[in-house]
Amino acid sequence: MDQTIPLLILALPLCMFLVLGLAGHKMSHKMAGILGTLGMGTALVLAYTTAFTYFFGGNFVDEAGNRLQHIVFNYDWLAFTENLIIRLGFLLDPISAMMLVVITTISFMVHLYSLGYMHGEKGFQRYYAFLSLFSFSMLGLVVATNIFQMYIFWELVGASSFLLIGFYYTKPSAVSASKKAFIVTRFADLGFLIGILILSFYSNTFDFVTMTQAPGNVLASTGGAVFMGGSVLTWALVLIFMGGMGKSAMMPLHIWLPDAMEGPTPVSALIHAATMVVAGVFLVARMFPVYLVEEVALEIVTWVGALTALYAAIVACTQVDIKRVLAFSTISQIAFMVVSLGVARPELHEGVGYMASMFHLFTHAMFKALLFLGAGALIHAVHSNDFTSMGGLRKHMPITHITFLIGCLAIAGIYPFAGFFSKDEILVAAYSNSMMWGIWMTAVAGLTAFYMFRLYYRIFWWNNPDYSKHHHTPHDAPWTMTLPLIILAAVSCVAGFIPFGELVTWNREAYEIHLNYPIAITSVVVALCAIGLATIMYRKENSLPDKVADKVKGLWTAAYHRFYFDELYLFITHKIIFNLVSRPIAWFDRQIIDGTMDMFAEVTNKASEAIKGLQSGRVQSYVLVYLLGALLVGVVTVICMVL
Amino acid sequence: MEISMMYYLIPSLIMFCCGVYGFITRKNMIAILISLELMLNAVDINFVVFNRFLFPGQLDGMFFTLFAIAIAAAETALAIAIIINIFRSNKTIDVDDATKMKF
Repeated sequence: MDQTIPLLILALPLCMFLVLGLAGHKMSHKMAGILGTLGMGTALVLAYTTAFTYFFGGNFVDEAGNRLQHIVFNYDWLAFTENLIIRLGFLLDPISAMMLVVITTISFMVHLYSLGYMHGEKGFQRYYAFLSLFSFSMLGLVVATNIFQMYIFWELVGASSFLLIGFYYTKPSAVSASKKAFIVTRFADLGFLIGILILSFYSNTFDFVTMTQAPGNVLASTGGAVFMGGSVLTWALVLIFMGGMGKSAMMPLHIWLPDAMEGPTPVSALIHAATMVVAGVFLVARMFPVYLVEEVALEIVTWVGALTALYAAIVACTQVDIKRVLAFSTISQIAFMVVSLGVARPELHEGVGYMASMFHLFTHAMFKALLFLGAGALIHAVHSNDFTSMGGLRKHMPITHITFLIGCLAIAGIYPFAGFFSKDEILVAAYSNSMMWGIWMTAVAGLTAFYMFRLYYRIFWWNNPDYSKHHHTPHDAPWTMTLPLIILAAVSCVAGFIPFGELVTWNREAYEIHLNYPIAITSVVVALCAIGLATIMYRKENSLPDKVADKVKGLWTAAYHRFYFDELYLFITHKIIFNLVSRPIAWFDRQIIDGTMDMFAEVTNKASEAIKGLQSGRVQSYVLVYLLGALLVGVVTVICMVL
Repeated sequence: MEISMMYYLIPSLIMFCCGVYGFITRKNMIAILISLELMLNAVDINFVVFNRFLFPGQLDGMFFTLFAIAIAAAETALAIAIIINIFRSNKTIDVDDATKMKF
């Protein structure tokens, strides 16, 4: 494949970032926004071309019909030794081509949407510059040819996420949220880096293709080295997954994501729902053949995912901030993908879990971006994040209402919306691995349907609050905001019918999806029951939700406080780490290190103070001293000679 | 009576000690300068005497003395210039008052 188009896909957002970042303040808001959107639009067209050529061009399959991993270019960037070379390149394979489509689509929608949503905000150009930076970093991450390039872009997306969460930098809560996101993900990335180093130390390569084509070699090269009861490879893979846990907000490193909702809503849609947070899933998918070698690591992945899915779903049932609900729903849905990867085995339905995970990633990106952008439109209209100040909005905002409903149906997994197909595949994979995971994930899927429709009914039905005290009654947003909603809603309706199995599978061999009717029917029935329950509880204003909350008071309060994870972190950091580690170290620094230096300075000072009288400025006393000295030397010399 | 080296060296020594004494005790800068010249001349005498008595066939010591005298003249001119400048700024040439260079 020609290098120009792939290079342009990366270069365009980067150029936009530089242009808008350096010259943005000289442009008008409109100009900057349109420029950024056009740049992203071009990248979108190019990415679609690339993905289309890859999937349907026919040049990228081998004789057996398997798709190839194609390296478009791979430049040596830093060459330390013969083996230790860090390259920057562009790897085209099913998952990276799919991610190109997802990222550019969502990013373009968000660019377009922000024209309306961010209208008149201070720092509009800066916002667009950061969006471009993020798009560039994310694209660079998914096309990385080696794990080190991925790490570089991994940090870049972290940095742009930090910048965008803290976009309203005059708001203390936004500032602390951005810091929290950065610190938590940095902490996770420490694990990632150590994992990379361990893995590369044994496998002698950073390269994904080399690593994944003969994953057995990596295991063999460790020579069965064992560390604290686990093989070294397991440790490396778990540490790498820890990086993914941080980015993908898996328990217990999820605490930054709900707070990240302090950023502008389109940013939440782009970064904290559709693209960046699935980087962890993407990472595991990228390394999947290596993970298959160490099934223990996959077991851990499954457990983390399953616990997170359940936890986040329960918490989402109790939150009142619509963005928080969506944030926890995101955590739960990403956990679905993680579980799906964790339960995937080549021998079970030809590794359907991998395909299901990528499929869900794709469909989730679409409908979750839709839900977030819809939430943005609601917040734009009502000027509040809490659904307690909403209600009955279906009459005021029909377009938002319909699109939001489609998003909810999609995430709940109702036929024929996108979520149904991908979630069904995930459940198939879970059931085929073990009954327990199947039932577990079905239950979480039911919870998903419940909390999404709780949200939906509370926003659009429930009661009819008096909107007359606002300066205008809520109404649908301008076309720049509704158009992305409509497009994404349309995509959410049809995305399920994409023959995903033929495009993306773990060994790049075509796989035919066929619905497993018992599982599909069960999950739809569970979802419908949950929706029915939500309808009874939240369709009209009544006291039933409060009664239910009273019944399970302990659980409700705990879930409302997100099971006290933040408090736990604060306890650990403030009470334990600060008191037992930081304070002693700070004391050591101040007293011992600084004290030594101060002592040197003090001694020098005292000494010079004591002898400064010698420099009296009296020439004659100098001469006298000199004379006496000379005489003394003379006398000593004479004595020595005599002796 | 033969005039030996000692007849020259002892007056030279006395001259030198006078110079040192004057240098240390006098407060007037001009007097200090004169004492300095005294010391220099004592040294010159030594040069000449040693040359005359120890290496009669050579002229090195004589030339040294000539150079020293020339340099002493230049040095005196310099010292006088400095003293004049100090007088202009301090209105005195008492050496104890010129203490601006101390700590």
